[in-house]
Amino acid sequence: MIPLLSVNGIEKRYGARIGCKDVNFDLYEGEVMGIVGESGSGKSTLLNCLAGHLAPDHGEVLFATRHDGMRNTLTMSEPERRMLARTDWAFVHQNPRDGLRMGVSAGGNVGERLMSIGARHYGQIRQTAGEWLDRVEIAEDRMDDRPSSFSGGMQQRLQIARNLVTAPRLIFMDEPTGGLDVSVQARLLDLLRGLVRQMGLSAIIVTHDLAVVRLLADRLMVMKGGHVVESGLTDQVLDDPQHAYTQLLVSSVLQV
Amino acid sequence: MTNDAQYNFAYLDEQTKRMIRRAILKGVAIPGYQVPFASREMPMPYGWGTGGVQVSAAVLTPDDTFKVIDQGADDTTNAVSIRRFFQKTAGVAVTERTSEASVIQTRHRIPEEPLREDQILVYQVPIPEPLRFLEPRESETRKMHSLQEYGLMHVKLYEDITRHGQIATSYAYPVRVEGRYVMDPSPIPKFDNPKLEMDAIQLFGAGREQRIYAIPPHTSVASLDFDDHPFDPAKADHPCVLCGTEESYLDEVITDDEGGRMFVCSDTDFCRSRQSHSEARR
Repeated sequence: MIPLLSVNGIEKRYGARIGCKDVNFDLYEGEVMGIVGESGSGKSTLLNCLAGHLAPDHGEVLFATRHDGMRNTLTMSEPERRMLARTDWAFVHQNPRDGLRMGVSAGGNVGERLMSIGARHYGQIRQTAGEWLDRVEIAEDRMDDRPSSFSGGMQQRLQIARNLVTAPRLIFMDEPTGGLDVSVQARLLDLLRGLVRQMGLSAIIVTHDLAVVRLLADRLMVMKGGHVVESGLTDQVLDDPQHAYTQLLVSSVLQV
Repeated sequence: MTNDAQYNFAYLDEQTKRMIRRAILKGVAIPGYQVPFASREMPMPYGWGTGGVQVSAAVLTPDDTFKVIDQGADDTTNAVSIRRFFQKTAGVAVTERTSEASVIQTRHRIPEEPLREDQILVYQVPIPEPLRFLEPRESETRKMHSLQEYGLMHVKLYEDITRHGQIATSYAYPVRVEGRYVMDPSPIPKFDNPKLEMDAIQLFGAGREQRIYAIPPHTSVASLDFDDHPFDPAKADHPCVLCGTEESYLDEVITDDEGGRMFVCSDTDFCRSRQSHSEARR
């Protein structure tokens, strides 16, 4: 079976400091991979390297494109990479303000990705945007409002709709539930889990919240100091942690 | 005392004019592409057409006849000062008649009368970057131009329709030149957009922003729109009070403080020639 994404020996240094080092994994179609670790462990650096936002110093990121088979996204031309980022990839930022246009209506935010790949029919763009807002539980009458008038949870759901409207195959998420209160978090996770399963999406989720990966991720990577210290099936890693840091992480979760 | 003879022909020195001509040639070679150039300090404030003046200075020859319009009118401050400037520094003949001019510098209008192949239309441009208010980073807009990522321009039009029920952008309406570069046609009313496909050469100069771009004759210029909301070159639904035409772009003039108003041609030369024409027939 050919993996959707194959990461080989990714290394990113900030001067003498290590951002992340020797990261290898394969991600298959329909699989959700969680990356957990403390702040500064290199999770976000790794995610940005994979999504093409940062250029890693070593290693390769192979992606199974629709037409050309496995391509190294780090060496492909910039127009190709940007096209990929608009169609087959999606990136959900922790802060919805980074991923949304705050001065543009919700419908326009969802429609932007469609227009960027050539949609030129107002009625159809609007209809598709409406359907997607409905799928992420945003009422139709909020379609023409700006995201600045939305609550944090709604903004995050809008960001997800905006990203999924072009039916991407791989979605990168950087702490998608950070900064939301627990009940909103639960609803968002529920929604995400439904969408990921329905659409057969592959996803890489970076988080420090073990509950999020328990719910969403099939596989788990634990990072510390820029290195992957443990990886495996989510339930296996969380129920039977082998590395000292993973044991600390699992035992630090507060019980209510 | 300043002696007028101390100025080089058309104010700028020859090396500067060469540099501007090179930028113009590059602009003509790549229609719609914004060519950076070393804009000079001109003896008038930014916003008065310093870009247009530099382009005019670079293309003028002693045999040219020069015309300046400001929003269609020949007799407004901006037009009068720029016309006098070139009368003084270049000693060229000036005219108010569109058909007699060989170089026309314009602020925010295209003359109603169709231009010929031997004429040059020079635009004064305040903001050459059509994506400026959508994407503030110049490094990013340049990349968007080079990769033809123009989806964002349609987001603006989408927002227009969503908020106003129609494309409410009425001036500086974005166009795509020869199917490649998206260009800001300077703040001309969208009524003038169809006229951008013409026989004359069109040069755009932005002095403060230091950019020159061009549309060569007979180049295709398409106004951006949606399939179900096609481009509409709107104008006021009235005839001109003075000459009676229904074809030209109109200014609304408030005549008193009791709601009195009238609509007159914005192109003064066009209006005047029509009036004298109808008088002669009488």
